[in-house]
Amino acid sequence: MKTLKNKQLYQLTLTQFLETIREPEVLFWGIIFPVLISIGLGLAFTQKSESKFSIILVENPPAELDSLLHSYAQLEAVKGKEIWSWKVKDNILGHTEFKFERNDWQSAIVALKRGEADIIISDSVGKMQYHFDPYNSQAQLAYMKLSALVQSPKTSNTTIVVPVAPLTLKGVRYIDFLVPGLIAFGIMSSILWGVSYTLIERRSQKLLRRMVATPMKKSYFLFALMFVRILMNFVEALILFFFAWLLFDIQIQGNIGALLVLFMAGNIAFTGIAVLVSCRTSKTEVGTGWINAVQMPMMILSGVFFSYHNFPEWSIRIIKLLPLTALADGIRSIFNEGAGWMEIMTPSVALSVFGALCFVIGMKFFKWY
Amino acid sequence: MLQIEVSNVHKSFKDVQAVRGLSLAIRAGEFVALLGPNGAGKTTLVEMMEGLRKPDKGEIRIQGKTWQKHENELRKIIGLSLQETRFPEKLTVRETLRLFASFFGLDEERVQEVIEWTGLESKHKSMTGTLSGGQRQRLALAVALLNRPQILFLDEPTTGLDPHSRLDLWNILKALKDGGETTLILTTHYMEEAESLCDHIIIIDEGKILQEGRLEDLLNEKARNLDELFIQLTGKTLNDHSEGEK
Repeated sequence: MKTLKNKQLYQLTLTQFLETIREPEVLFWGIIFPVLISIGLGLAFTQKSESKFSIILVENPPAELDSLLHSYAQLEAVKGKEIWSWKVKDNILGHTEFKFERNDWQSAIVALKRGEADIIISDSVGKMQYHFDPYNSQAQLAYMKLSALVQSPKTSNTTIVVPVAPLTLKGVRYIDFLVPGLIAFGIMSSILWGVSYTLIERRSQKLLRRMVATPMKKSYFLFALMFVRILMNFVEALILFFFAWLLFDIQIQGNIGALLVLFMAGNIAFTGIAVLVSCRTSKTEVGTGWINAVQMPMMILSGVFFSYHNFPEWSIRIIKLLPLTALADGIRSIFNEGAGWMEIMTPSVALSVFGALCFVIGMKFFKWY
Repeated sequence: MLQIEVSNVHKSFKDVQAVRGLSLAIRAGEFVALLGPNGAGKTTLVEMMEGLRKPDKGEIRIQGKTWQKHENELRKIIGLSLQETRFPEKLTVRETLRLFASFFGLDEERVQEVIEWTGLESKHKSMTGTLSGGQRQRLALAVALLNRPQILFLDEPTTGLDPHSRLDLWNILKALKDGGETTLILTTHYMEEAESLCDHIIIIDEGKILQEGRLEDLLNEKARNLDELFIQLTGKTLNDHSEGEK
């Protein structure tokens, strides 16, 4: 142990580790935040929740709706306002509540702009006239549910009456989609901030220059930085998985060995990118900009929180080329589809080669001081 | 034996000529002050001697060896303290010293020695981020002394320190001088520092040597101290310039 303590690789790794765990922000953003996100979003999307829609009736309500409200809704007084509440029970898709409030057109528009209302309904010769942004999915859903209900109020249906067989298979829930995405996102985020930012900060503090003015091996320094970061990523992913398993019974259906290989490939890819991003600048403000420029598009496009198939068809080919997409899709396929070695071979090789390439280019232009 | 030989060295940054054809020689065991105002080219010259910058023209030899061919060897025999180095704030003084000691393959015993030598015993468990300016400079000096350097470069080690901390550091350097095994190259714009610590003084301005020699040889009836000498040579005081050092 005494000789090990004198070894620079050991000391570089140890000090890097101590610096990482002594930074409270690292523990929060790396471990607590992803767990909180998964719990929050997991609960929001896996529990049967009540859908609530706010409707504003302008001028006099259409006679058709007025009579329905008197028959099926309850009048409540909320903060001095009269509000009709129409509750519809649905044990499969979740309960729905429509709240109707009377107001003038100007106030209704303001409420719509503020997101306080989903739809405005006015009278058009005794018939209901819906006003809403057709690109707003919440407003669209409110319209579809309400118009279906108005057509058959007695059956209290807010959807077209066709049989629904709920799927409760593991791997099809939103939380099953989310957790692998969060693991992939955690790897990217942690490496970009942990490696890039550390390098830039040390360069700006002239610490890199001070260190290379000794017989320190530069390769050991980089290895220690990456090793500690990958180790932390592993711990973070394990903690996130543990909570997801405990709270949502998340399972890994595929090959765990393949998952570890893909995990390493993801780490290699983002380490390469991190070194490339931080190879020249010594200004932390510039570095932060570069890290965000790399991270933000992938966070939005790569299907961490929602499927990238929502984007236009032409863009999907490009999105699939992003490293985070390859990693998130790969981890998801192992978690939810039972994928094994064969399925992750291509993304693992692609990620590793891409990372190695970025690393080599980064080192070519790397400024130690 | 000459420890350092600088021959006709030039260095420019874009359109600024920081060092213009400068030559000097430093003997073993000498304590040398590079004295000059901010922007005189002291740091650039020292960084070239430390092997951290390459001269555009000219040659620098340390114990007869060039940085290009003998970098690994030379890194082991020099110690240095840069201007404004910040050590990792979340490491203690001892952990920082252990880290740097490991680069030279040194053990805990040596770490303890430099802690005692620089008076950091009471702070050895403190995070470096909590140290005062004077303590940080002592840590920088402790790091520089770890490998018992034959040549020690200190770049403005007392700039920004209060008189008490400055005196502490001078005492450590005087003790080092008494040991007689180290050659010191110190940049400063404090004439008292040069006068009290160094045997040989090199006055630099605008990238050129204006005058050099032993203190007693440099002073005369017209220039009774280094500040007066500098005024005599340049027509300005040592702390005339406000721009940063290149």
